Amino acid sequence: MMRVILALAVLILGSTGGEIAITHGMKSTGEPERLRPRALLQFLCRAMRNGWFWAGIPLMALSFYSLLVLLSWEPITFVIPASALSYVVGTFGAKYILREDVSVARWVGVLLVCAGVILVAAG
Amino acid sequence: MASESRLRIKTLVMVFSMVVCANAGDLLLKRGMSEIGPVQLTVHGVAEAFRMIVTSGTVWAAILFLSGFLMSYMTVLSWADYSYVMPAGAFGYAVLTLLAVIFLHESVSPRRWLGVLLICIGVLLVGQTKPRTTEVPSEAAVA
Repeated sequence: MMRVILALAVLILGSTGGEIAITHGMKSTGEPERLRPRALLQFLCRAMRNGWFWAGIPLMALSFYSLLVLLSWEPITFVIPASALSYVVGTFGAKYILREDVSVARWVGVLLVCAGVILVAAG
Repeated sequence: MASESRLRIKTLVMVFSMVVCANAGDLLLKRGMSEIGPVQLTVHGVAEAFRMIVTSGTVWAAILFLSGFLMSYMTVLSWADYSYVMPAGAFGYAVLTLLAVIFLHESVSPRRWLGVLLICIGVLLVGQTKPRTTEVPSEAAVA
């Protein structure tokens, strides 16, 4: 039981931490001036030179590895609903680390999405 | 006001692109790997699987769509809130259920339909909040 909780914590914190690091990297790259293919490609190349982007990738890889390990131990109908908790953890991260203004409507929306993902994955 | 509605439209277009690319990529990858068959966990088996993967058109199409997902995701996060994009991306679960019913004629339990309904209401609620609540510099200002 303890190893499942630990792997689940690595899965949730790894994916959330990785996504927050990438978001921070993208925000510090700045909003692209135009959404044309050439301009977008140049923008993405610039983003990949940002250290936060490369901090996020190993965290997401660790989270993916943890997902594979969990799937080898537990049924998918447990793993995916349990990992839906990352919506709530991610919203806390957005609020306290990225300093986003999370309104009540957004919180309610996140909780509904989280409950919905649990029901869909549990089948 | 006009810039806010422009911001909302371009954010929703990018989220839509994320959902389409992620679902198409996952489905193609599943199909490509099913064509290849179970991978034998021996040196020869893994080498053979690698050769079949890199020569599979379906797997390359999947990689193309998954790259499209990553590019849309990175781009939208450069201006929109993470707490806006993340739940909106869950709309993919609803799309996947609908695709499974329409194309694969799968039967879906009432519990799963309730989940789809909750995701749709949740995404609509998040969708009507402001996509950006923090200051974001333009690319030119950072360069």
